[in-house]
Amino acid sequence: MTAFDAARTWRLHPQVSVRPEPFGALLYHFGTRRLSFLKDRLLLDVVRALDGRLSATAACLAAGVPADQLARYERALAQLAAGDLLRPIDRDEVAG
Amino acid sequence: MSIATPVPRLVDQFQLGLDAPICLTWELTYACNLACVHCLSSSGRRDPHELSTAESKAVIDELERMQVFYVNIGGGEPTVRPDFWELVDYATAHHVGVKFSTNGVKITREVADRLAASDYVDVQISLDGATPEVNDAVRGRGSYATAVRAMEHLDRAGFRGFKLSVVVTRHNAGQLDAFKKIADRYGAQLRLTRLRPSGRGADVWDELHPLPEQQRELYQWLLAHGDDVLTGDSFFHLSAYGESLPGLNLCGAGRVVCLIDPVGDVYACPFAIHDAFLAGNIRDPGGFAAVWRESPLFLDLRRPQTGGACTRCSAYDACRGGCMAAKFFTGLPLDGPDPECVQGHGATALRVADRATAPRPSGDHSHAAGVRSAPVQLGIPTARARRPVRACDESPLNGGSR
Repeated sequence: MTAFDAARTWRLHPQVSVRPEPFGALLYHFGTRRLSFLKDRLLLDVVRALDGRLSATAACLAAGVPADQLARYERALAQLAAGDLLRPIDRDEVAG
Repeated sequence: MSIATPVPRLVDQFQLGLDAPICLTWELTYACNLACVHCLSSSGRRDPHELSTAESKAVIDELERMQVFYVNIGGGEPTVRPDFWELVDYATAHHVGVKFSTNGVKITREVADRLAASDYVDVQISLDGATPEVNDAVRGRGSYATAVRAMEHLDRAGFRGFKLSVVVTRHNAGQLDAFKKIADRYGAQLRLTRLRPSGRGADVWDELHPLPEQQRELYQWLLAHGDDVLTGDSFFHLSAYGESLPGLNLCGAGRVVCLIDPVGDVYACPFAIHDAFLAGNIRDPGGFAAVWRESPLFLDLRRPQTGGACTRCSAYDACRGGCMAAKFFTGLPLDGPDPECVQGHGATALRVADRATAPRPSGDHSHAAGVRSAPVQLGIPTARARRPVRACDESPLNGGSR
């Protein structure tokens, strides 16, 4: 597993589908055929906010994560990245 | 405490149901080239009222709208439907992944090449013996060779991680290491599921279900292999031995799981083809979504259930009373112990139950006459001419853990 850097730009893996549920969301990775759960609606907002943000931290803040909860949500993103649900991309890809 | 990935407390959430199933089994046809003795859908002959190609595509459209990630397609033998590949292509083009169960009869080299090229199709080959003798006694003459040939083709095509699916019986429970070797040889993942007394399985369950000592060995074996071996969470009744098996220990019937049968009937689970568990039909107004969201049966299943006598047992939190279908078709009350309860309560209940009046599975599409590949009797007292299992539902509830 590569270390998770919250200052980097992260995107949902293109083979991952997200289905919102009352408790949070279900994530299904068509490549690994694994199902994961987001147990929290705010985390779903964070995952959705990744698109268009230059860093994971920026996505957390944009989604409304309180400053004192930031580390907790970044850890959750790190866990998603470890499962290959999120992928880092280069900044110039975003610009392009 | 982590906020991503699985946690036991989600069990409670799932017990109340979801907006759409996670794990949907869709049996495309009752037609099959085999006549397995334990076929849980009593398949054999096609039903004249099976969904048409257009109706099947409409179901896929609806699953796409409901964001059902993938379907477990079975039968019968689904690949014998002339429009099978057309429907697979249609599903994957509409963001509904497909895992299909097959006895391998149509998995030629060309088909294997095509399957290996798709990220959205998974294949599950059924095999119920690690040797031809044990397998063919249950699944029919030549069925071992057919499955092996299909696995060779998939392996040669570079399809990694297809599933080798085994229903654990009294006769193959001692072959688990051998099954694992076969799976490893072909780059497949082993999947073990529980024998249910459903369909024709009701006729052979007494003779085929694993003995108590075999259950314990199976439990130890599953614990030792952990995430390496899939189970569709079908052995959650074994968690009452002590340590929980990987995955969620929960009956998902009507809550996260259901079955669409070849004529469009929607049942609470693939092992419960009986009017008592029939929620509706996808041809009804409102289609599948209305059945899933509004059928009185499913709403009832999503209400808190009573564990009856089992709630007094110390193991109840682990096994939650076991499998509804297994109880139903062995004539046991739904709020009592599972017939294979590891504490022995099921065996006791079976002794006093009136087995003769146990409900019979609804519908029977068994071949009226024999088939060429009828199960062979080699001193294994199981064979009556009949047909295949398409295994479960991969319970994806095991989530990130598997």
